[in-house]
Amino acid sequence: MRTENGLILENLEISFETYRMIVKTSIATEAKCGQFVQIQVPGYYLRRPISICDAEEDRITFVYKTVGDGTRAMSQMKAGESISLFGPLGSGFPMEDRDVLLIGGGVGTPPLLFTAKKYIASGHHVCAVLGFNDAKSVMLEKEFKEAGCDVYVATMDGSYGTKGTVIDAIEANNVTDTFVLSCGPLPMLKAVSAKYTDGYISLESRMACGMGACMGCVVKDHEGESLRVCKDGPVFAIGKVVL
Amino acid sequence: MDLSVKLPGLNLKNPVIPASGCAGYGRELAELYDLSVLGGIAIKSATPKERFGNPTPRIAETPMGMLNAIGLQNHGVDYIIEKELPFLAQFDTEVIANVAGAAEEDYLEVIKKMNSSEVVKAYELNISCPNVKHGGIGLGTSPELAANITKLAKEVSEKPVYVKLTPNVTNIVEIAKAVEKAGADGLVLINTLLGMRIDLKSGKPLLANTTGGLSGPAIKPVAVRMVYQCAQAVDIPIIGVGGISSAEDVLEFLYAGASAVEVGAANFVDPYICPKIIEDLGSVLEKYGNASVAEATGRSFK
Repeated sequence: MRTENGLILENLEISFETYRMIVKTSIATEAKCGQFVQIQVPGYYLRRPISICDAEEDRITFVYKTVGDGTRAMSQMKAGESISLFGPLGSGFPMEDRDVLLIGGGVGTPPLLFTAKKYIASGHHVCAVLGFNDAKSVMLEKEFKEAGCDVYVATMDGSYGTKGTVIDAIEANNVTDTFVLSCGPLPMLKAVSAKYTDGYISLESRMACGMGACMGCVVKDHEGESLRVCKDGPVFAIGKVVL
Repeated sequence: MDLSVKLPGLNLKNPVIPASGCAGYGRELAELYDLSVLGGIAIKSATPKERFGNPTPRIAETPMGMLNAIGLQNHGVDYIIEKELPFLAQFDTEVIANVAGAAEEDYLEVIKKMNSSEVVKAYELNISCPNVKHGGIGLGTSPELAANITKLAKEVSEKPVYVKLTPNVTNIVEIAKAVEKAGADGLVLINTLLGMRIDLKSGKPLLANTTGGLSGPAIKPVAVRMVYQCAQAVDIPIIGVGGISSAEDVLEFLYAGASAVEVGAANFVDPYICPKIIEDLGSVLEKYGNASVAEATGRSFK
């Protein structure tokens, strides 16, 4: 965990309102799957927590959606520019010695790619089920396939893959894995938590400090204890946190 | 340059203190740097019992700043004394305990319990939090109530009492004078400005609490003005706070009349901001012709 000015190597639109930024930074060497980095966008006060989509040697890949002014400004940054990073932050997905089912929704998909590569590198079978609103929003399908995953895609409007949710795609394709790692919008995480008990989910939150100091991003567990998404998470065991 | 500052109860090696609520109890920043470089640390508010605080979202960004509506989340004074203060004891820095509550007796209960701690060097009465329904800002917006809680706190306190005031008032000078008269050892100026944002998609307030406290560079001119006004009206020292992000900002607050400063939201933007400011401060003081922190204090009106 440190602050560093990275060098932007690439910042391209890869899907609808979705960009891939590759940054040269030594933070890459410390990055674990499921962790995130606090990114400073010039002209915006707080940093943006962005998940790590991939990290190798001296480069980190971020895949992010332009959801507001800050991420839109981030999408306008150019290769060759410097970008201030603080990370890696958060708990990350655990590396367990077994096959895994990855369930990603929308912009929750990127951190699962790094996770898929780690599980495949340790000799495990990985099935990735990815859900999006429509065909133009589908992202990273090719990358998951190239990493060696079985990939199933669902779109809510049926314009690509199975029509419906990730749960519909799991049922349509008879996916039988039971150990799940998941990241995506809250309704999806609720559906995943209702179907599976063994595994972990990664939460999203508005954050200020990103390191556990400000208590801006807390959630409650079922015992009523508060947990910080940035520091105690963003990855929590399924069923631990009140969604 | 010697940056040390001596204030009631506080022997600060330099005038830079992370503000309450922005550094927790020091554990997170301690992963990044040695807290002993800091002049002091104002720890997250303590209340008699555990408080979860407000629902989320608790954070919203603004131009040159941010809104927060945490709501004084803390584990309660007993937990803080048992679990958090011993951790801070290892550092050579002055610990200021921020004290909060829903009613006057809450403040007194926290102070009585913390009196026995050797780690806590002074109290900072938080009568200025905009994010709690009772107590907090309610005690800080009337000179009579502010003076009364100050007097009660001084009666039970075995350590110096600083009073952190809210800017959300018509006349901060009369409140500053009232708490001075009631026995305050110092002032902390200012807490956050009450604000809100509305989400354009939903048409609803962005914060679950509807309103929150504005901090960051956006409020710096307001803080400088209030420090400047109060410093000329009272004889007790002032710790300035509000949007400080650089050694130049520190100097501006010193010139306005502050004897030391707290750094808040800037810790979220750059977690190393306090050590950086401390490193730069000597040369910035020198650049503008100041031989010490004390010499700079109040220069704008002296």
